[in-house]
Amino acid sequence: MYTFTNKLRNFSIVFMVVGFLGLVYGFLSIPSTVKEAQAMVAEAHLGDEHQQEAAHGADHATDAKQEKTHDASHEDNSHAADPHADDAHGEHLLHQLQNKPWAALYVAAFFFFMISLGVLAFYAIQRAAQAGWSPALYRVMEGITGYLLPGALIVFVILVLSGLHMNHLFIWMDPEVVAHDKLIASKTGFLNVPFFLARALFYIAGWSTYRYFSRKFSLAQDQANDISNHKKNFRISAGFLVFYIVTESMMSWDWIMSIDPHWFSTLFGWYVFASMFVSGITAIALVTIYLKSKGYLEKVNDSHIHDLGKFMFGISVFWTYLWFSQFMLIWYSNIPEEVTYFITRIEDYNLPFFGMLVMNFIFPLLLLMNSDYKRINYFIVMAGIVILLGHYIDIFNMIMPSAVGDQWFIGIPEIGGFLFFFGLFIYVVFKEISKAPLHAKGDPFMGESERFHY
Amino acid sequence: MSNQVIHALYDDDDVLLAAVKDIRAEKHHIEEVYTPFPVHGLDKVLGLADTRISIMAFIYGCIGFCVSIWMMNYIMIEDWPQNIGGKPSFSYLENMPAFVPIMFELTIFFAAHLMVITFYLRSKLWPFKEAENPNPLTTDDKFLVEIEIHNNEEELKTLLEKTGAIEITLTEKKG
Repeated sequence: MYTFTNKLRNFSIVFMVVGFLGLVYGFLSIPSTVKEAQAMVAEAHLGDEHQQEAAHGADHATDAKQEKTHDASHEDNSHAADPHADDAHGEHLLHQLQNKPWAALYVAAFFFFMISLGVLAFYAIQRAAQAGWSPALYRVMEGITGYLLPGALIVFVILVLSGLHMNHLFIWMDPEVVAHDKLIASKTGFLNVPFFLARALFYIAGWSTYRYFSRKFSLAQDQANDISNHKKNFRISAGFLVFYIVTESMMSWDWIMSIDPHWFSTLFGWYVFASMFVSGITAIALVTIYLKSKGYLEKVNDSHIHDLGKFMFGISVFWTYLWFSQFMLIWYSNIPEEVTYFITRIEDYNLPFFGMLVMNFIFPLLLLMNSDYKRINYFIVMAGIVILLGHYIDIFNMIMPSAVGDQWFIGIPEIGGFLFFFGLFIYVVFKEISKAPLHAKGDPFMGESERFHY
Repeated sequence: MSNQVIHALYDDDDVLLAAVKDIRAEKHHIEEVYTPFPVHGLDKVLGLADTRISIMAFIYGCIGFCVSIWMMNYIMIEDWPQNIGGKPSFSYLENMPAFVPIMFELTIFFAAHLMVITFYLRSKLWPFKEAENPNPLTTDDKFLVEIEIHNNEEELKTLLEKTGAIEITLTEKKG
């Protein structure tokens, strides 16, 4: 039995408090009028330029000058246009800045929820495939999926608040926008608030029901004399996987793709799946290594870590494959309504957009390619942290461009959101892990898992 | 220097693995093991050095990667500039996404083919080469362990019988 130490509890609570303060700061600094918003942006811009000049020194003075002239011409343009357009522009800016803390909250909430959903899928695959190597890790996976229900409910609450027009994350929820937008108007049969929320509840109910029963059967199997619980778990896991792949795909359209309701991609569900799958597997590896370093999980050997490392490596490549499949077709065909998605990201989000490729693909590819490195905890932890941060940025890139446009910044609200949900995740997950023995001793494949050797 | 070797035939890979362990525990030098298929873990119990083919695979992949970049740059940008999806930019970097599948394929192509060729060279295999395995049964379903003899036939024979060999023969080594 694992006991949730006070040290870890305090650690997670500190993270939650610090993160909460960051989020509160973000919400308090929302501008309420167009003028305030414009003043904020102008100030930030000035600060940027000063910093640039200071940092780059004389060598890059020309660069800074060029940027200045560029800005000047931009201002000229907006002044030249009629004052009405200027108002619209300001209004737009105001909405973006008002969205900022909401988006920071939403990205972090979704990211940590997604980790536990990815783990649930991985767990169901192990159950449905009757895997022999992984039963030693079942309790770790069950612990991480303990965050699924609270995490999903927080996301749901944010969606409800969006539906109540507390924010403008989903522009199709705004009847004003829909009235002037033929494309969105034709989608209202699917994209309307009640149906949207009902769908969300349906997905969450389905996932948590599976999670509840599979955990129950898994615990009951420890005490049982036959393997009927194991068989039940096998059956519901196979059924869940069918349910999951449909609802996961629809969830990704609903919760992410609809933020940009004009744009669509047919493999978006797979793309989000790859992201959550690799983040989930990485989380399993990190929690396992942590528990092992504390002297628990004595049946887990480095071959288990090796296998998790292989999955981290493989699914990172799979993610890249899907990312590129989506990117290249749109880039190649260059159809305006599609390619605008990537143009925004390349122009306004250049560093996170390409930086995430380095973090999610090149770094794990080179680090985890060597077979021996996958057995060394240090390498797995290092690769794992970079992969998790990389997939946070992946979600950031999915949501921010449509929510805040070029006003993005990884500042106090974003980091605060991340820390808050990180603390909550640690708290819930380790609390759940401490509730049951770490060794699923009744599993019929446990012997194979204990002897597992590469 | 005697050229005499003892051939022990086994009919199961698990028995073979256990036998190899026992023979090595008795400090006998195993010359070679012939198997109809790769036996998992045999290299470890035989105490063979780790294969270096994975390092070569990485290097070959890098060569393929570089060749593909050079090739596509020459074909599509330098020699006869192509209009790629309506983006005639005369720049490799700006058209790079179109070349990624080729870069990927050539990386795999080079790694795979050069690895096979390396394997053939290292194993001294070439077309029309005469087979080296002493017993054709090892291409079917039997496993053969070859041990050199240094005036210790009797001792070896009893040991091999104990490990579960189904047939033990004493022969002159060819070549």
